[in-house]
Amino acid sequence: MVKILIVAEHANGKLNPATAKCVACASGIEGAEVDVAVFAANAADVAAEAAQIQGVKRVLKVEDPANAEPLAAVLAPQVAALAGDYTHVFGPSTTFGKDLMPRVAALLDVGQLSDVMAAESAYRFRRPVYAGNAIITVEAPQDRKLVATVRTASFQAAPQGGAASVEAANVSAELPSHTRFIERSAATSGRPDLQTAARVVSGGRAVGSADNFKIIYSLADKLNAAVGASRAAVDAGYAPNDLQVGQTGKIIAPELYVAVGISGAIQHLTGIKDARTIVAINKDPEAPIFEVADIGLVGDLFTVLPELENALG
Amino acid sequence: MSKILVGLKRVVDYNVRVRVKPDGTGVVTEGVKMSINPFDEIALEEALRIKEKGGASEVVVASIGPADVQQQLRTGLAMGADRAILVQSETVVEPLAAAKVFLKLIEKESPRIVLLGKQGVDDDNNQTGQMLAALWNRPQATFASKVEIDGDRAKITREVDAGLETIEVDLPAVFTTDLRLNEPRYVKLPDIMKAKKKPLDIVALADLGVATAAQFKTQQFEPPAGRQKGVVVKDVAELVATLKQKGLV
Repeated sequence: MVKILIVAEHANGKLNPATAKCVACASGIEGAEVDVAVFAANAADVAAEAAQIQGVKRVLKVEDPANAEPLAAVLAPQVAALAGDYTHVFGPSTTFGKDLMPRVAALLDVGQLSDVMAAESAYRFRRPVYAGNAIITVEAPQDRKLVATVRTASFQAAPQGGAASVEAANVSAELPSHTRFIERSAATSGRPDLQTAARVVSGGRAVGSADNFKIIYSLADKLNAAVGASRAAVDAGYAPNDLQVGQTGKIIAPELYVAVGISGAIQHLTGIKDARTIVAINKDPEAPIFEVADIGLVGDLFTVLPELENALG
Repeated sequence: MSKILVGLKRVVDYNVRVRVKPDGTGVVTEGVKMSINPFDEIALEEALRIKEKGGASEVVVASIGPADVQQQLRTGLAMGADRAILVQSETVVEPLAAAKVFLKLIEKESPRIVLLGKQGVDDDNNQTGQMLAALWNRPQATFASKVEIDGDRAKITREVDAGLETIEVDLPAVFTTDLRLNEPRYVKLPDIMKAKKKPLDIVALADLGVATAAQFKTQQFEPPAGRQKGVVVKDVAELVATLKQKGLV
């Protein structure tokens, strides 16, 4: 019997779409029974949302004032305690899941599979290594619990329309006080969220300055798109770190990705290879981005972008 | 005074375009440049800066791997680490086993801070630091972009999906580094000469009494599915027309 526990990611009383993608991965495994656990100070709203995801059997609420912020050191012993009856424990391969899940695995004295992109069976998975330059097929032992993080860009969110039961779960775990949350400075741009947006416009080093980056924001607003940036642009200070797309930034899968002045280093391409359509605008016809772009336009971004905005009406 | 333990992993150099072997048994590593994992280099740089500001008395670098790893440890010594430990192993050590090995080193060295890179750019696991913190039953501050030590505590700014998060942890603790924490220094020739005289201890993995048998079996390596090369349009009008045709705008 395959029983999978998924740790829900949420913020401000809202479920992160990464959770429904983990459900999609888990329910793709034959015969799997899928539960979702919500750790929060007040879990009601998030649990109700999770209960609507198709494929979820039960939603377990673990409410504690200590769970108000997602601190791995505080959550991990609770997840491990709840993992008792399960064969698998999954979390999203977001900074939340990457921080938490290995700590859970170690408490359970098992290894972890990171960034699962396909589940061929309950114990056979595919995942990328070397910045996506190789894909490996990995077999996990059946006699141990399996902890894994799910590469969200590889899965479509499981649809709404489910009706899982919501239950309060009692977890007995000693919670540490050695780690304290201080603050989170979230970029409140009013634009769509980069991780989940259907359209993304990204700028690279060729944009030239933080001030010039306005041209990227402007096109993004025209397309109702999220804004991204290459590592080079972020390192140069043109854009904040949470906009970085690529191996060590965000891995995204929008319908439309517009790469502006981005040469296309492999580390960047790793972050966008699941995009449906890639448009590249670059003045260097030899730029590697053109090797993967569905539509390429060779030209100076400072000429092309205003023209493009006009043409879009 | 206090010690900082830094993990250094030997990996295929960041700038090498990695290729899968035709028989699918691994990636090509023969004749390929090997380096310190870039995130680990950042970890060492941060440790050295903490020491230079008086926040530590000694920086110890440690690695797990074959004898060749001494090259990377020597580079770490040349950057400024005081001594090095190689846990010699010819077999693949998974992150959980690596964390157990580091726990043994912690028991011996009693560091106040353990600094690791957030992930190796070879297997991209992003696990060892978190696992080590769990086994040690101490705080973890992952994906750090700013580290401020204040007595028995540290304030860490972390790069998270939503932006930046700040947490405070009691020491001792494990920190893992993100790219923007610092820019590692260049190694100068006199430092390379000096590094040759610094102590580098070699311990056999088997002597640590840690269970390191691999849990996962990698069945095969494949190159990623490539994207088809698309069309090149001549101007903005054609670009917009193509986007419209595809129903994208």
